[in-house]
Amino acid sequence: MSKKLRVLIAKPGLDGHDRGAKVIARSLRDAGMEVIYTGLRQTPEMIADAALQEDVDAIGLSILSGAHLALVPRILEVLRLQGMADLPVLIGGIIPDDDVPTLKAMGVAAVFGPGANTEAITRAFQEAAASPKAV
Amino acid sequence: MGLAEDVLRGDRLALARWLTWLEEDDPRADPILAELFPRTGQAHRLGVTGPPGSGKSTLVNQAAAWCRRQSSELVAVLAVDPSSPFSGGAILGDRIRMRDLAGDRGVFIRSMASRGALGGLSRRTADLVEALDAAGYRRIFIETVGAGQAEVDIARTADTTLVVEAPGMGDDIQALKAGILEIADILVVNKSDLPNAAATEHALRASLELAPDRPGSWAPPVVPTVAETGQGIEALMEAVDRHRQWLRQSGEGESRRRARAANRLDGELRHALTERFRREVSDGRYEAALSAVLERRRTPAQAAEELIRE
Repeated sequence: MSKKLRVLIAKPGLDGHDRGAKVIARSLRDAGMEVIYTGLRQTPEMIADAALQEDVDAIGLSILSGAHLALVPRILEVLRLQGMADLPVLIGGIIPDDDVPTLKAMGVAAVFGPGANTEAITRAFQEAAASPKAV
Repeated sequence: MGLAEDVLRGDRLALARWLTWLEEDDPRADPILAELFPRTGQAHRLGVTGPPGSGKSTLVNQAAAWCRRQSSELVAVLAVDPSSPFSGGAILGDRIRMRDLAGDRGVFIRSMASRGALGGLSRRTADLVEALDAAGYRRIFIETVGAGQAEVDIARTADTTLVVEAPGMGDDIQALKAGILEIADILVVNKSDLPNAAATEHALRASLELAPDRPGSWAPPVVPTVAETGQGIEALMEAVDRHRQWLRQSGEGESRRRARAANRLDGELRHALTERFRREVSDGRYEAALSAVLERRRTPAQAAEELIRE
């Protein structure tokens, strides 16, 4: 039996729209994953600490506020300080095309914009989470 | 063993990984438990159960924060949510209500899916509790899936069981029903600022008065709370500490620990015997017995008996 995938879905920053995050959480659940949902207005520290305690295989961040270039590096930095540099981070939300290469260069595994296909998102989580983690 | 030492040093990443191994039946998990098991048995295990929407997570959030204000003892929370019977997936959302605990490195919260178990916990919950105990957590809150009347496994895992009800969730006939109320060491009427709270409290008290006396004469108190604001949390935790003292003084704590150990041992025995049997009995004989049951020539009990005797 293969390991049950555990993923964290979090909304960093101040925007209060969590419909997208909930849709993704639901479709990952329907794909058989255990989805830890932390709710709105999470700080980078809260997200990284939840990822540690829950020992997740991947993190999905929903960001609609436009603050992704400020939030994502901070989250990646806190993860690194915790010894979780290899944890895949995926991003969904309103992300201008020009910012996608920048995010990927920071180490983000995948970026999804509005209207992205939930099956493709699910597959991206499965692939990212299946990549071996350093123990 | 490197990981066991890391866990004892307070390495939370190591603890988190060990909990995953336990949940996954990973062969690396049990040797660590064997190594650290002599250190367990020091934590107070506080079970929290009750119907969906009664406010269990919010109550745990407040109670755990209260414990941290009172002492420097480490606090852990294990929160169990149901797995989907169709996909096997789960949405674990108890952390949403536990924001006040974020950022406190003396608190460790872990979400678990029930993974098909029906008693309100998952098959591995008790092992995760032992692991947190070994790691030095002295208060362990165990929050069950939203439970109705039959999910009573928590009473076999916790030292003190809180049953959380809320006004308007059932009339007084519901309160008379057996099951979940009988396992309550403390009954909590949460959301007690709602209009029907007094009636709910009254119905629960009346139902407790009708119940037969329990061993050692502990009378379960009914405690009103408003978990959203923290109202009543101090009184609740004082009741918890009274119960803890009573467990020590009355000897009931010892007999519960004994029952718990016997329950765990029996469970492992069943598991080990089944495994051994399945290794020894040929697939052909098993299939033949299965056909006999399918064709209604044998009851399941008869077929099992014959398989063992042959």
